[in-house]
Amino acid sequence: MHCAHCGHHHELNVSGVRVRYRNILALDDVSLATSCGACVALIGPNGAGKSTLLKAIAGLIPLESGGIVWRGAKVAKWSREIAYLPQRENVDWNFPVTVRGVVRMGRYPQTGWWRPFKAADEAAVDKALADMDLTDLHNRQISELSGGQQQRVFLARALTQEAHVLLLDEPFTGLDRTTKATLAATLRRLAGEGRLIIASHHDLETVRDIYDEALLLRRSPVAYGPVGEVFNETNLALTFGPAAPSGKEVA
Amino acid sequence: MIDWLTEPLQHPFNQRALIAALLIGLTNGYASAFVVLKKSALQVGSLSHALLPGIAVAILVAGLHDWSAFLGALFAALLIGLGSLAVSRGSRLDHDSALAILYTAAFSGGIILLRRIGVTQEMDAWLFGNIMGLRDSDLWTNYWISLGALGILTALHRPLLMTLFDGEVAATLGVPVRSLNYLLFAILIIVMISSLQAVGCMLALGLLVTPAATVYLLTDNTNALFWGGSLLGGLASASAVLIGWHLNLEQGPAIVLVLGAVFLLAFVFGPKYGLISRSKRRPANRGGEN
Repeated sequence: MHCAHCGHHHELNVSGVRVRYRNILALDDVSLATSCGACVALIGPNGAGKSTLLKAIAGLIPLESGGIVWRGAKVAKWSREIAYLPQRENVDWNFPVTVRGVVRMGRYPQTGWWRPFKAADEAAVDKALADMDLTDLHNRQISELSGGQQQRVFLARALTQEAHVLLLDEPFTGLDRTTKATLAATLRRLAGEGRLIIASHHDLETVRDIYDEALLLRRSPVAYGPVGEVFNETNLALTFGPAAPSGKEVA
Repeated sequence: MIDWLTEPLQHPFNQRALIAALLIGLTNGYASAFVVLKKSALQVGSLSHALLPGIAVAILVAGLHDWSAFLGALFAALLIGLGSLAVSRGSRLDHDSALAILYTAAFSGGIILLRRIGVTQEMDAWLFGNIMGLRDSDLWTNYWISLGALGILTALHRPLLMTLFDGEVAATLGVPVRSLNYLLFAILIIVMISSLQAVGCMLALGLLVTPAATVYLLTDNTNALFWGGSLLGGLASASAVLIGWHLNLEQGPAIVLVLGAVFLLAFVFGPKYGLISRSKRRPANRGGEN
């Protein structure tokens, strides 16, 4: 499939990635190959390396071995085309900044340290705010947002950045049922427009509804492929250990 | 009222003290916004104590000149700051513990050394400030430090705020997070050293935290936090110098005390985040959260 917004077909190739934190092996021999328009779920128990893989693709963590290639070029440090959306609980929501202020940060690769915002930059911000249904909230303090709105602010920042790849760390955690459904529809729409969505995901019941592909991860990949093929009892049992996935995560 | 203002200003040392208080308060007030947003008050405070042995050694080696104490203090802060990082990385101790060990040891060394090298009378000045003892050259030093620090911090406002809000996301957008963090810390230390003559190394932390912390209770606007902190720092320091003169109080402690009093007012009476308005709002808000 081609990206609706640029008409090209872009591929992400992760091959044999190994990441070590001091003495702890966090990722070992992780590979996946996917492209624009896909929605990929990263599934695995806590400590399986989901967040680490997202950060590695975002260029935040050095690889011990292996490589990550996006559009034929190695992802060495950071790329404007790859947006990273952190877990909401890792963000200081009391930070004195407005919705618009956060979304404007997405223009940093274009504006740099000093350059004032041009009309095109403001237009990109406005468009992203409108796209994420945040126009009315743009002057709100981020401390006054609900969980779903917080997640949409991050998405709007990624859109302002004009990113092709969106890496989301547990985007659905802590959202109520309706908000989850809205966010799922939004992610599907963004993938439909040709973006590549990769998200770590906890709630096993909703995987089939949201994602096209799944990587079942336990430091190394247990299985990777279309959700219909790899997301099954056998692979889940292998991913979550001899004891079946803990009731909390299934429920 | 006018007399209250003009009478002290007939003395040159009061004029110098007032200008210095304005400059130092302004710069420290602006920088305090970074300390509050960085949530690193205690780290900065530890380093303020670590300045003392640097000053002592510098006086011992080079005598007391305009820049010797400044450079000695800077070197000590650098040594303790980087040393604590090295200790925490090279052992199983966390960074805060490492910093606590190094700065208390350094501070003790500084006290013992200062007492031995015949500047005992000035001990109080190093610990609590002596803004009346300023010379014209000290004013110029403060002026250049203020100008440099404010210039750099304002120029790097955008990437610095992104770093403080979320360093990881900032890094994925191309912000040189690690370098900026080091630079910010270096500037904070330099700004703090410039405040030593006003408030000394025991009280420097007050001037480098309280102004923006107070404004933080009053506004959600980022610019207001920086410039409001700056204004509050300058005004509070200047008025404390006058109050100190009239009431015959030590000016260094007076500055920090005035700031503390303003903070208390904001904490209790702040229109949005004050104690009173919060307790009034709470019952109505219950259950209404989403």
